Amino acid sequence: MQVKNIIKVALRSIMKSRMRSLLTALGIIIGVAAVVVMVAIGDGAQKQVEDQISSLGSNLIVITPGASASGGVNRGMGSFNRFTFDDVQKIKDEATLITGVTPIVRSGGQVIGGIGNWFTQIQGVSPDYLEIRSWKLKSGEFFTERDVLARSKVCVLGSEVAKNLFPDDDPIGQQIRIRNVPFKIIGVLSEKGQTSVGTSNDDIILAPSRTVHERLSGGRFISSIQVSAVSPAQIPKAKEELRKIMREAHKLTQGEEDDFTIQDQADLATAATETSKILTILLGSVAGVSLIVGGIGIMNIMLVSVTERTREIGIRLSIGARSSDILIQFLTEAVVLSLAGGILGVSLSFGVSYLLNNYTSQAANIQPEIIFLAFSFAGAIGIFFGFYPARKASKLNPIDALRYE
Amino acid sequence: MARNIIRTSGLSKTYVIGEVEVHALRKVDINIDQGEFVAIMGASGSGKSTLMNLIGCLDKPTSGEYYIDGQDTSKFSPNQYASIRNQKIGFVFQGFNLLSRTTALENVELPLLYDRTHGIKDPVEKAKKALERIGLGDRMHHIPSQLSGGQQQRVAIARALVNEPALILADEPTGNLDSRTSVEVFSVFQELNEEGITIILVTHERDFALFAKRIIELRDGKVTKDFAIKNRLDAKEELKKLKEDSVLQGQED
Repeated sequence: MQVKNIIKVALRSIMKSRMRSLLTALGIIIGVAAVVVMVAIGDGAQKQVEDQISSLGSNLIVITPGASASGGVNRGMGSFNRFTFDDVQKIKDEATLITGVTPIVRSGGQVIGGIGNWFTQIQGVSPDYLEIRSWKLKSGEFFTERDVLARSKVCVLGSEVAKNLFPDDDPIGQQIRIRNVPFKIIGVLSEKGQTSVGTSNDDIILAPSRTVHERLSGGRFISSIQVSAVSPAQIPKAKEELRKIMREAHKLTQGEEDDFTIQDQADLATAATETSKILTILLGSVAGVSLIVGGIGIMNIMLVSVTERTREIGIRLSIGARSSDILIQFLTEAVVLSLAGGILGVSLSFGVSYLLNNYTSQAANIQPEIIFLAFSFAGAIGIFFGFYPARKASKLNPIDALRYE
Repeated sequence: MARNIIRTSGLSKTYVIGEVEVHALRKVDINIDQGEFVAIMGASGSGKSTLMNLIGCLDKPTSGEYYIDGQDTSKFSPNQYASIRNQKIGFVFQGFNLLSRTTALENVELPLLYDRTHGIKDPVEKAKKALERIGLGDRMHHIPSQLSGGQQQRVAIARALVNEPALILADEPTGNLDSRTSVEVFSVFQELNEEGITIILVTHERDFALFAKRIIELRDGKVTKDFAIKNRLDAKEELKKLKEDSVLQGQED
């Protein structure tokens, strides 16, 4: 029997019972769509993270307290907060390969002003911050070194905060109270978009580091120091220099481990993409399970259909079909169903990712490889789960099959 | 001398059911030549179904030889059996055994799709011709449920014919039909037989067996009678009679 004829016979069978065929393929449709969409979401998230990190500023170096994970006893990242303004000053005075340095003093709380109140985070930074983070002001001005030293109660609003507290009028020159301390607004930041974890970068208030340190964070230590290198090429040298300065500042003797971690963007990117890769794998494998469930659905329906079509098989055998013809027919039916399911599933996933990209903040990025992968997986599932029922059909005895009621 | 189509010698079939051996067929010798119209008769349990299965290459004998169109089938593989069924035999069953939800044309085309030896170029055309030959040219695109019983059986006959087999094997072909439609079907068989097609009819109704040319009677797995029919019935004339009867009845009413 020619291949053309086998496919013809199988397609006729599928078209004869459209509803059953559709339901059979549905498992595969959903499975393939789930795999493609899940992986696309993971991929999209990964891309967002990468974009995010590059938006931080390409020369950014971040120093965080605590040892890095390499070697010896690990005290844990950030568990031992030992940065002081002296450290920052020392970097500023001694480092030659940097264009700016800022401490990050974190605080947060309820902010009252404008049309109501808003809960947000407050970061105490130096005037270098904007340059380090390659961020721009939308309006107004940023505070100066003098404001830092004078502990001036001035602040710059992130666009999200400005939008929420001052939806209609210009916030510049107005007063807000952060945890009951009055601050004067002198500037508004331009929009920056989402962070890698999905929160808004723009939901922030910046204020002079020493002001936040003393007035808001209650004299706690600096949570991190951010530095910008003179150029991306100089980052490794700058890191080495910073390490020397920090070791000196912390009076570490030779042999003692660093009590801080210096990371540049590449390090951050690796860590972050690693996380989202795991996410992708996790999502993909959950969806993969549904694809296998879809395959079992095909097997189930095919088994039922072999019983239901026993007489048909008998007729085919009696008019000269070989058992291999029957085997191939049923196998073809299973494979055609799962491939059709694959095609519909991929189309469905394009629809879903279009919706995600256009109507939600979740980015989905469908890669050609994953389509190919899901598609061939669907085909393989068709063969794998179709084989047993097909074999069962081909083993039927023509006499018994013809008599079957 | 006419071509020999069926020759069996010492054909036996024994079924083992549990520990009991059932001798369904005991050393049957039959010769059927081309152009014959043979009715195999017998009560249920006589072994006629078993004989039909063996002649139809649906089953293998326990012992004995069976030649179809000169070919010894005893050493055949299952695939060769399938080829014989496809090439040499056209089946017509009691229950029509058409594929449901499949048009008459597609049903008739089916044996051609399983044909490996001829590489038929235009199966649809051939199937159309077979249907036209049987007088169903205008019902090609109807599915079985849209056809009457007689029409369905004629589709089945067209399907049996389409591969130009050596013989047509009809198993109680009119068992599901009323007497008038049955006679119509037999007139189709007689016409085909006139054209030189060998027909083997399996039936338990003597009335219908009389449409054949020869009767082989089986009992307990053995051939008990084998004779030519002298006053053979002509299906066309029977039909005419039936029509006259109904006209007469109509007048009486």
